[in-house]
Amino acid sequence: MSIVHCLILSALLFTVGTVGVIVKKNVIAIFLCIELMLNAVNLSFVAFSKYLNQVHGQIFVFFVMVVAAAEAAVGLAIAIALHRNRKTLNVDDADIMKW
Amino acid sequence: METLLFYLLGGLALIAAINVVLLRRVFYSALSLIVCLSALAGIYLLLDAPFIAAVQIIVYAGAIMVLFLFVIMLLDPFSATAHVDKRPYLVFFAVVLGTAALLLLYPLLKSYDPARAPHELLIPDARPGTVTHLAATLFRDYLLPFEVTSVLILVAIIGVVVLAKRQT
Amino acid sequence: MLDFLWLIPLLPLVGSALNGILGKRFPKRLISAIACTSVGASFAAAVAAVAALLKLPPAERHVVDTLFTWIASGSFVSKAEFLLDPLAAVMLLVVTGVGFLIHIYSIGYMHAEDGYYRFFSYLNLFMFSMLVLVLSGNFLFMFVGWEGVGLCSYLLIGYYFERRSAGDAGKKAFIANRVGDTGFILGILLVFVTFKSLDFTDVFRQIAGDANRFPVEVGVGTLSAIGILLFIGATGKSAQIPLYVWLPDAMEGPTPVSALIHAATMVTAGVYMVVRCSPIFSRAPIALEVVAVIGVLTALMAATIGLVQTDIKRVLAYSTVSQLGYMFFAAGVGAFSAGVFHLVTHAFFKALLFLGAGSVIHAIGGEQDLMRMGGLRKFAPTTHGVMLVAALAISGIFPFAGFFSKDEILWSAWAKGHPIIWLTGLVTAGLTAFYMFRLIFLAFYGSERFSEEIRHHLHESPPSMTVPLIGLAVLSTIGGFLGLPAWMNLGPNRFEQFLEPSLEFAWRGKSAELPHSLEFGFAMLSVMVALFGIYTAYRFYVVNPSAPASLARRMSRTHGLLAHKYYVDETYDALMVHPVVAGSNGILWQCVDIGLVDGAVNGLARLVQGSASLLKNVQNGLVRSYAAWIMAGAVVILLYITLLR
Repeated sequence: MSIVHCLILSALLFTVGTVGVIVKKNVIAIFLCIELMLNAVNLSFVAFSKYLNQVHGQIFVFFVMVVAAAEAAVGLAIAIALHRNRKTLNVDDADIMKW
Repeated sequence: METLLFYLLGGLALIAAINVVLLRRVFYSALSLIVCLSALAGIYLLLDAPFIAAVQIIVYAGAIMVLFLFVIMLLDPFSATAHVDKRPYLVFFAVVLGTAALLLLYPLLKSYDPARAPHELLIPDARPGTVTHLAATLFRDYLLPFEVTSVLILVAIIGVVVLAKRQT
Repeated sequence: MLDFLWLIPLLPLVGSALNGILGKRFPKRLISAIACTSVGASFAAAVAAVAALLKLPPAERHVVDTLFTWIASGSFVSKAEFLLDPLAAVMLLVVTGVGFLIHIYSIGYMHAEDGYYRFFSYLNLFMFSMLVLVLSGNFLFMFVGWEGVGLCSYLLIGYYFERRSAGDAGKKAFIANRVGDTGFILGILLVFVTFKSLDFTDVFRQIAGDANRFPVEVGVGTLSAIGILLFIGATGKSAQIPLYVWLPDAMEGPTPVSALIHAATMVTAGVYMVVRCSPIFSRAPIALEVVAVIGVLTALMAATIGLVQTDIKRVLAYSTVSQLGYMFFAAGVGAFSAGVFHLVTHAFFKALLFLGAGSVIHAIGGEQDLMRMGGLRKFAPTTHGVMLVAALAISGIFPFAGFFSKDEILWSAWAKGHPIIWLTGLVTAGLTAFYMFRLIFLAFYGSERFSEEIRHHLHESPPSMTVPLIGLAVLSTIGGFLGLPAWMNLGPNRFEQFLEPSLEFAWRGKSAELPHSLEFGFAMLSVMVALFGIYTAYRFYVVNPSAPASLARRMSRTHGLLAHKYYVDETYDALMVHPVVAGSNGILWQCVDIGLVDGAVNGLARLVQGSASLLKNVQNGLVRSYAAWIMAGAVVILLYITLLR
């Protein structure tokens, strides 16, 4: 099991997350896919930390998790606000800011 | 042994991730994300990062995902509005993008030479990944970012309160 | 000693600047005072300069006064330098003297005009340019004056700019000049290429000094090419075939302008140039032949057209073209000093004729059609007297000025072996006498063909106008005695003698020495012809006034041809003007300006608009598409970093 395996897995997870962000219509589903992307990145950090025998990768994972938590909280608050105002969780319905 | 475990957990994570995208209902997507996160925690264990694995379960799968589930329950959990944009060009675009992102790995992988991977230890006689080592580095070299994150969390809390408050 | 030459052109320039910039606020007296004083002072300076020149022995009458170096580029140096030699002295006195008289005349003639200051400013500017032309010591500086007089001619012809015809005439003059100037510039360039210098003295010394490089040419060589090119410029400036068409139209300008510019001075610039370049022309027989033939043809053609013109100024315009033809064919047969002599006498009597015509027009209240005048000698006796003198002078009657100069030209044509040219010149002299006296008889004699109310307004012109007329009349009478011909046994031709040093580098061919009695006989012959012309005019216009009309009816086609000036203007119009205008409209305006230039600018705007309307679709408000674009951008950057670097 070399770093290559972990990196490939990380890339695959990231790709799945990206596709999900683009194709899913429910706001919260999009957030879930964003979390997926963040986790994929975490995985590659930890893999590098192990294979370079350094701790800095894991420190970074720590910070990523903190940020992910804050971001998830705020994002969900926005989703709530959106639902309250528009009665819909379909992201395509919030399209006023256009040309 | 390790490899087998890795493949098992990795496969599980992957399938769960695909499910997140493909499942119709948001609630089920959230649940399969929990599965994915747990599988990732297992992989972290395999990668000699016990602390991170624990934090993953406690914070990510435990707190964040529960928060997600609360909000999903609050807002229309089982609505079955068309969950995936069936417009072909968008799907095509997404798939192309994803593949491109994937293919970017190729040059990296080509240049990997296992014989030249560095192996020196930064803190002698301490193994990275242990809580001790992690804590030492965190509170010594990364003290400032650590403090900043607490401010960040505070800001996030205030933001959430402002955004989600019921307007009276 | 003669280092004040630069003052002579400068004084009118100062006058022009003063009147031009500040004149709008000056009272009319001040304007005319500034203008006439500057020209008068210039005349005084000219007289002083010529007096100083006369103190020098004949061989040294060649003074150069350099003002400053204008262009110094590598080995090419061009200076603003003035040259005073006998030829320049003659021109100088004519220009400043006649110019001064005309300025005085204009005070009275133009006093009712609005743009009084403008007129005098332009007139002074013209004096400046003409003096630069005449006094210049090199080709380039002369060209500066050459262009300057062309500009002033345009400005002054178009003086009554509110009249469309005046503006058109100004443009026609300038454009015809420009066409000629192309040849002139090419000639100057060729001079520079051949002689590596544009200085008159330098070039002429080179020609005279090196008989191997510059022999008398058989066929067309470098000197002939230079001569013909320079002459093309002269046909434009001095109104010869084919570029004479602007001069009759130039009569749209005020009469003093016609007198000064289109009779006495500017149009003679071409003759001056040919005589100045006598070293070149005399060694280029082909070029001289061209000059002579064009000169005599122009003389004949213009005279025939002048026979049937009814506008008093047009008759005089065609007469000017014809007399210029005389000057040119004089130079063309090698009689340079005869040509210059005729230039001087012509300046006197032609200016007198024009100013007199102005006086007539002023007296009759603006009418210019001869057919509507008649019997004016009772009402404007002074004008009649001076016009009669001028007519006698131009017809070549002894002892008036024209007799001596014209005779010398005709005699030279015969003596230097050009019998056909002589004959044509003789016939033209007869025609000249005819149409000139036709003008006199139609205007001053015969029945009064104007209306009653005009009769009440008829008056003689004020002294400010009649005094210069009388002055010019005196000059026309006695001017001939400057160059008494040899056959009169009163000594050699003084004018010719005086002009010798200027022609020292010209090549003299062998000319047969013909007896003086033959010359006397020829002189008598030309007087006879002139008297015959006058008598015919008398028969036609005084004795039998209805004869011209019936003759015109019987020879209607010829009359029509002449009255329409041989349709030359129409031909030029069809051949050149219409194609150019059509080309400008159709090609340059529609295709290039609207299509290309506007098209490029508008096309650019349309391009920006189009691309913007395409790009705006990116901002469609859909969050997911934004996310997709972000991803795409990230992929591109990653591609660049990993693969392409």
